[in-house]
Amino acid sequence: MRATSLLPWIPLFPLAGFLVNGFFYLISHSKLGGKDAPKGPHGGGHGSDASGHGPAQGASAHAAHTAAQTGHGSGHGGPGGHGPIPFAALHSVVGTVSCGLSLLFALLAIGSWWGETHGHEGLVATLWTWVPMGSNPTWFGAKALSIDVAFRLDALSALMLFFVTFVGTLIHVYSVGYMGHDAGYGRYFSYLNLFMFAMLTLVLGANLPILFVGWEGVGLCSYLLIGYFWDKDFAADAGKKAFVVNRIGDLGFMLGIFGCAALFGTTDFGAMFDMASKNPAVYGAGGLMTAVAVALFVGACGKSAQIPLYVWLPDAMAGPTPVSALIHAATMVTAGVYMVARCNVFYRISHEWALKTLGEGATVWGLLTHDAAFVVAVVGCATAVVAATMGLAQTDIKKVLAYSTVSQLGYMFLGCGVLAFSGGMFHVFTHAWFKACLFLGSGSVIHALGGEQEMTKMGGLRKLIPHTFVTMFVATLAIAGVPGLAGFFSKDAILAETFAAGHPVLWFFAVLTAGMTAFYMFRLMRMTFWGTFRGTPEQLHHVHESPPSMTIPLWILAFGSLLVGWIGIPAFILGGENPFERFLEPAIPPLPPDWTPHPHHLSLGTEWGLMGASVAIAFLGIALAWRFFSGPYPFSVPERVATALPGLYRWVRDKYYVDEFYERVFVEGLGKRFGRFLWEVDARVVDGVGVNGTSWLTLQISRISSWFDLAFVDGAVNGIADTLQAGFRGYRRLHTGRTENYALTMAAGVFGAVCLWIILR
Amino acid sequence: MTPALFLFWVLAAVVLVGGVGVVVMRQPVHSALFLLLSFVGVAGLFVLLHAEFLAAVQILVYAGGIMVLFLFTIMLVNVRRQAAEPFLHPQAGFALLLGAGIYALLGWLLVGEARKIAALGAGGAADPAKLATVMIGGAKIAGNSQAVGWSLYREYFLPFEVASVFLLVAMIGAVVLGKRTMEKVD
Amino acid sequence: MVPLTHYLALSLLLFILGVVGVLVRRNLLTVLMSIELMLNAANLNLIAFSRQLGDLGGQIFSVFIIAVAAGEAAIGLAILISLYRLKGSVNLDDAAEMKG
Repeated sequence: MRATSLLPWIPLFPLAGFLVNGFFYLISHSKLGGKDAPKGPHGGGHGSDASGHGPAQGASAHAAHTAAQTGHGSGHGGPGGHGPIPFAALHSVVGTVSCGLSLLFALLAIGSWWGETHGHEGLVATLWTWVPMGSNPTWFGAKALSIDVAFRLDALSALMLFFVTFVGTLIHVYSVGYMGHDAGYGRYFSYLNLFMFAMLTLVLGANLPILFVGWEGVGLCSYLLIGYFWDKDFAADAGKKAFVVNRIGDLGFMLGIFGCAALFGTTDFGAMFDMASKNPAVYGAGGLMTAVAVALFVGACGKSAQIPLYVWLPDAMAGPTPVSALIHAATMVTAGVYMVARCNVFYRISHEWALKTLGEGATVWGLLTHDAAFVVAVVGCATAVVAATMGLAQTDIKKVLAYSTVSQLGYMFLGCGVLAFSGGMFHVFTHAWFKACLFLGSGSVIHALGGEQEMTKMGGLRKLIPHTFVTMFVATLAIAGVPGLAGFFSKDAILAETFAAGHPVLWFFAVLTAGMTAFYMFRLMRMTFWGTFRGTPEQLHHVHESPPSMTIPLWILAFGSLLVGWIGIPAFILGGENPFERFLEPAIPPLPPDWTPHPHHLSLGTEWGLMGASVAIAFLGIALAWRFFSGPYPFSVPERVATALPGLYRWVRDKYYVDEFYERVFVEGLGKRFGRFLWEVDARVVDGVGVNGTSWLTLQISRISSWFDLAFVDGAVNGIADTLQAGFRGYRRLHTGRTENYALTMAAGVFGAVCLWIILR
Repeated sequence: MTPALFLFWVLAAVVLVGGVGVVVMRQPVHSALFLLLSFVGVAGLFVLLHAEFLAAVQILVYAGGIMVLFLFTIMLVNVRRQAAEPFLHPQAGFALLLGAGIYALLGWLLVGEARKIAALGAGGAADPAKLATVMIGGAKIAGNSQAVGWSLYREYFLPFEVASVFLLVAMIGAVVLGKRTMEKVD
Repeated sequence: MVPLTHYLALSLLLFILGVVGVLVRRNLLTVLMSIELMLNAANLNLIAFSRQLGDLGGQIFSVFIIAVAAGEAAIGLAILISLYRLKGSVNLDDAAEMKG
């Protein structure tokens, strides 16, 4: 089967799953009347679980059957035990199977594509024309813009497709166990399926608009899923916050899309990159490319939680833990990196143009305003460092992981920013595995403790939940950058490239971040799994390992974290090429020679030295964490630090009050006060002056007019009447009613007539 | 002073005395008698003016008819009571003034035009004989009455007939108005 | 021959007397009599002119005036009688129906 005919099915299965799940959920809940009230306790974890899930499940699509067949008993312990959930089995099956089918078709499609092109070309499956050809004047002459609904499979999208569907399916299976007793089970799965549909559309999109459709879709699903426990205010608020902050980024993204349409007259990836790479001088001139690239990056900042739009991600932990794993670790947040990597041509052109324009006198500020890639690198690095510092003082297990995610995303952008796109994407790939494993593991811990998320209340769980412990430990080693595991290779690639590109400052901070990452991750592990249990005896009594539907995905992900790093072994070790880099090469089209920076060659010694430095830092971090967080709580060294520098401690722990700042300036100030100001303007100026003022003016004018009327017109009329009346009064006396008086008048008239005659004669 | 002039003055005095008497007398009977006197004087003046027929008619109609009528009416109306009341109207002063004014005005006119008036009809036209003779069928008939009669039945026949109709109407009107019982017309 | 002006002056005077009488007296009978005076004055005037101009027309006119005067006196007195019957007096003050 041709890959192009398989492609459309991949997003379609989850869409169908969404519709079926949604339909059954709605009919079940309209019959029962009343909405499901999600019973998530504090922190958004899930209180009860299903006990006694069946035996082993494979990682394939068929695993879901077993899970459904074992049925759901009533939950034990935990707040919010519910009765049986309608259509539970159907929801599980449909949800997981649709995702599994996507995975199957994805693998088939990738296989077919590889067979066809050996990974050298991109295949496009066009479904229909969304926006038909029209005349679209661009900066370089009129071109016809036409947007098709089309999917593209090439090296980059194949990579994303693979791990999105794979990790996605694992998380669906995990959710069967984790969310098994939540009354909104059907709703959860339909949202999850919708998310998969949107994400796959994003990944497979052959042009920017289709990617954007997926982009928006995942944003919507993020809102729906973060605010899943909608009866909890903080969850609902978190959902809104995610959506709104995302939207701010989307504005930049849209401007970028418009810029692309204007520049190229098309938004199709193949066409655009072809045009751009063949004529970089034309397209890069005047900073146009830089502007477009930066605009697109703003969108990526929103979606991938970089400074200043990262604030939604920690709050997003209010959603169920599998959601955090899928969306905020493995898939959605990496969409930004994917998009930047996809548009690597733009950033490379911008970088070269900046160097050509600035020449020797390139200052940091000059670079920031001319080189889009540099902007990406700086923002990524800054985010990595700042987020890592924030993670040091968090006590909620999920919050630590959230800041870790932000920090790692910063790493990925740093990689892309120094034009090491394969390095950045490699880290995306490895990060998906170990971060998903960590999140699911934390979910397992929370589930075991009946909803507890505070690490200060954990401890000594090592022996009690061994599966969770081992898998999480493996993933922690990976993220810390311990050699041999996944994170090591990807981080090292980025660090090496950063140094090679001539940014020692950035390299330094990146290494620092690596150290901090190792430190806080091991802090997490120490506080959770070692030491004595600090929770209630009740919790201790109920601690139990998670069912296989939850532990099996954990194991698979842990193995992944162990192994996947090896596909990206650096060239200098293999003595050949980096396989991963080679795989992604077709996605990075070559530019003309004078636009291609000379490749950075580090000497072998430097390479080993850098690697050694990052390993050393990692181990330093691990060792420090090990020492500090042993023994009874409160731990001596951290406690002393906290008491010695209470201000600093509070500042870090409260995330530098960035949220408060945003709240004050933007929400309060801009939003409410500006809105209030505008209302005042409307009420006072528009209504007051405009409407009321006009009416007042009219009133005054009418008053003058009426005065005029009374004074002059009526005065004239009355005056005439009075004059006449006065005249008549005299005249009235002539009408005495006596004939002799009339006779006298007649005589007088005669006299008058005679006089007149005499005069006129 | 020619005899005619002298006669004129006498007759004028009589007329004027009569007239004044009419206006001034308190009792209507007295006024009526003075009016009679005035009529007689006027008749005499008519004779003086070679209008003999008219003098006769004056006596016959005015003195004989109208005055009798007046006297009868005075009798009927029983005017004795009236004597006690003031008989002059409050507007008397103004009326006198007005009368004097008109008299003065027209008199002044008259005086001004006296010569012109005097020249009227001069040169043969003012022949008294004309008034007193008439040519009837070629024969010259003398006498004012004849002249008036002839003229009346010839040139002024229509007015004559109209006058007779008028008199008829007046008679009927007088009868109607004088009826004792008049239905109230609402 | 008596000059015309004399006659004219006389008739004028007589006429004025009549006018004043009409205006001055309260008794209706006297008023009517004054009207006769006025008519007489007019007659006199006409006759005088007739004599002056040698035209019979003036005399004819006077005949008709006398006829009219007779009719008018009859009617006037008939009205007076009616008024007397209605009001019980011939004083003009009592006949002020139109007053008000």
